[in-house]
Amino acid sequence: MSETDQQSSCAGHASRRGAVEIRGLTKSFGAVSVLKGVDLRIAPGEFVTILGPSGCGKSTLMRIVAGLERQDGGEILIDGGSVDEMRPSARDIAMVFQSYALYPHLTVRENIAVPLRMRELSAVQRLPGARLLSASARRAVREADRAVRDVAALLKIEPLLDRKPGQLSGGQKQRVALGRAMVRKPRVFLMDEPLSNLDAELRVHMRAEIAQLHRSLGVTFIYVTHDQAEAMTMSDRVVVMMNGMPLQIAPPEEIYDDPADLAVARFVGSPRINVLDGRVQGGGIAAAGVVLPLATGLADGTSVQVAIRPNRATLDPAVAAPRVSGRLVHRENLGSDLFLYVATEGSAEPLIVRQDPGIAGRLAVGEAAEVGLPVEHVYVFDAEGRRIALLASDARRRAHG
Amino acid sequence: MNQELGPIASILRHVVLLFGALIMLSPFIVMIVTSLKPQSEILSADFTLWPKTWYAVENYRAALTSTPLLLYMLNGVIVTVAIFVLQVLVALPAAYALAKLRFRFRGLMFGAVLLCLLIPMHATAIPVYVLLFKLGLLNTYASLILPFAISVFGIFLMRQFFLTVPDDIIDAARIDGMSEFGIVWRVMLPTAVPAVIAFGIFSVVAHWNDYFWPLIAVGDRNLFTPPLGIAYFKLDEAGTNYGPLMAAATIAITPLVIGFLLAQRRFIEGITFTGMKS
Repeated sequence: MSETDQQSSCAGHASRRGAVEIRGLTKSFGAVSVLKGVDLRIAPGEFVTILGPSGCGKSTLMRIVAGLERQDGGEILIDGGSVDEMRPSARDIAMVFQSYALYPHLTVRENIAVPLRMRELSAVQRLPGARLLSASARRAVREADRAVRDVAALLKIEPLLDRKPGQLSGGQKQRVALGRAMVRKPRVFLMDEPLSNLDAELRVHMRAEIAQLHRSLGVTFIYVTHDQAEAMTMSDRVVVMMNGMPLQIAPPEEIYDDPADLAVARFVGSPRINVLDGRVQGGGIAAAGVVLPLATGLADGTSVQVAIRPNRATLDPAVAAPRVSGRLVHRENLGSDLFLYVATEGSAEPLIVRQDPGIAGRLAVGEAAEVGLPVEHVYVFDAEGRRIALLASDARRRAHG
Repeated sequence: MNQELGPIASILRHVVLLFGALIMLSPFIVMIVTSLKPQSEILSADFTLWPKTWYAVENYRAALTSTPLLLYMLNGVIVTVAIFVLQVLVALPAAYALAKLRFRFRGLMFGAVLLCLLIPMHATAIPVYVLLFKLGLLNTYASLILPFAISVFGIFLMRQFFLTVPDDIIDAARIDGMSEFGIVWRVMLPTAVPAVIAFGIFSVVAHWNDYFWPLIAVGDRNLFTPPLGIAYFKLDEAGTNYGPLMAAATIAITPLVIGFLLAQRRFIEGITFTGMKS
C-alpha cells in the first residue's frame, strides 16, 4: 500500500480493496454438516458481523476465509480473485483470535513485528546478524520498527512495547493482538470473538474502540460473535447464522425491527421476544383468547406464531390495541426500565412488557393485567418459523418509518 | 497436600526425607571419600569417613595421567552433544506433527512411537551392531552417535508438551506467514524450552554414563567415553586400583552435577509441565 493510499484510508474514506465474495460454501466434519451452502457478498470497507449461537458454523466460515481450513465446496473471492489455492499469509488478511494468540516468548514489540518480518525479510535476512551485512535487511527492519511504533501509538500501548505477553492484562493483550493484525495493513480483518475473554466493562469499551478503529482504517472487517450487543452496536450489516445457514443478512436495525425468521427474532433482542401460538380465523389471527386483525390470506385454521417485542407490548390503557388478559407474575426494575412478566392463557412463557415506571409503577405481583398488542408491531411466522408477509401491510410499513 | 501439619508431623516428614537423601547420596560419599584415600586404607577392614592419610593429589594425578581422561571427557562431550542435537532435530518436528497436524494414520503412528518406548536398547543392539558393521561405521564417532539420533522418548515427551500449546498460536503464525518448519523452530521450540531442557538432561545423563553401547561399538582408545576410561583402572593387570578409579569417577560426573545444578529449576518445570500458563 502506498503512502497516499494509506493517508486516504486514514482520512476515513473506504478504500477500494477488501471486497469479499463467498459463493455456495459447504463444509462437513465427518458426518456433521457445518456449513450448508453459504453465500455472502461483502463490500470494500464494510463491517460485517456473523452472529449466531455456538456451533452454528460461524467460526468455521471465518477459518475458511482465512485459509486455515479448506472448504468442501464453493469458493471465496477477495477483490474478484479466487483465494482458494492461496496460503493464509498470501491472502493479505489479518486475524484476531479469541485467545489473542500472542507469542509468549516474544516482547510486545517483537510480536507486532512478526508479520512484517515474515513478509519483508527473506529467510536468510531473518538470521541473527544478517542486518550487519545487508543494507536492504537493515532498511526493512527500520521500516518495520517505525510501523510498529505507529501502530503502538494508535493503540496507546507504547509503554508496553518491551514487556512479554505474560505481564499484560487481558485488555492489553487484546490491543497487542489488534496491533499485530493492523501492522501489515491487510485487505480484510477477521475477528473471531475477540472480546469474549474480557470482563463486561472492558468489553463495552473495546466495542466502541473497534468500531472507531474500523472507521479510521476504512478496511473490511468480518467479525464473528455470539454476543448480539456486539453485533448490533458495531456492524454495517449482520449475518444471523443458525445450523450452517445464514437466516438473514441485513443492517442491525432491520434484523431487530424486521426479522425474517422466528429464530432470528428470538436470538436478537433482550429480553427475548414474546411468542404466542395462533390460528388463522376469518380475516385475522386468534391468539391467547383475542382475534388480532392481521390479514395473512391463509386458509382458516392454519397454525401460525405471532411475536411482539417487549418494548412494543404495552400496559398503557391509553393505547388502542387488542388486549390479552393475564396476571402479573414477576417484575424487574432496572431503574431506567421496568420489565413486567404477565402470565396469559395462550402462552407457556409469561409475556414480557417493558414499561415506563410511571404507568405500571403501582401494579403489584398477582394483580390482573391487560397486555395491549399493537398490531402494527406484531410479526407473524408460519409453523416452520418463516416470516409471513401481511396483506394490508401499508399501514405497518408507515408505522416503522 | 497443602494443609497445615503439626510440628511433630513436620519433623517426622523431614527425618524421612533426610534418610532417603542419605541413602541416595551414600554411594557418592563413598566414591569421594575413597578417591581421597591411599590403596592400603581403602582395603583395610575398618571404614572411616575421614581419610587418615590424605592421598588426594596422588589419586587425582594418577587418574589424569595414567589414562587420557580429559580426551575421554572431550569424546563424551562430542558424543552427548551430537546425540542431543540430532534428537531435538528429529523429535521436535515429529512431535509437532503428532500433536498438531491432522493426517491419516496419525493415531497409528503415535501408537508405533509408544510401542518403541517398550523396546529396550539391548534387544536391538546386535542388529544395530551388524548394520553399522555393514556400513563400515564401527569404531567411529558415528557409531556412538547415530544409533541414538532418534529418541522415541523425546518424541513422546515433546508431543505431550506440544498438546498444551494453544492451536490459535499456530494459526496466528500461519497467517503471519510462517512455514510449518518455521512454526516448529520459531514458535514451538521457544515455548517448549523447559521441556527441551528436561529432555536434554535425561538424554545427556543417559549417554554420558552409557557403558554398554560404547563398549560394543568402539575399540579404539582414542574414541573412549568416560565410563570406558574409568573401567581402564579396573582392567589394570595389577588388580583394581580403587583410589585413581574413584578419582576418575568423581571427575567424570562433575560436569553432570554442575549442569544439573544450573538447569535444576528449568528441569523441574519441564517435568511438571507448567511452562505454558499465558
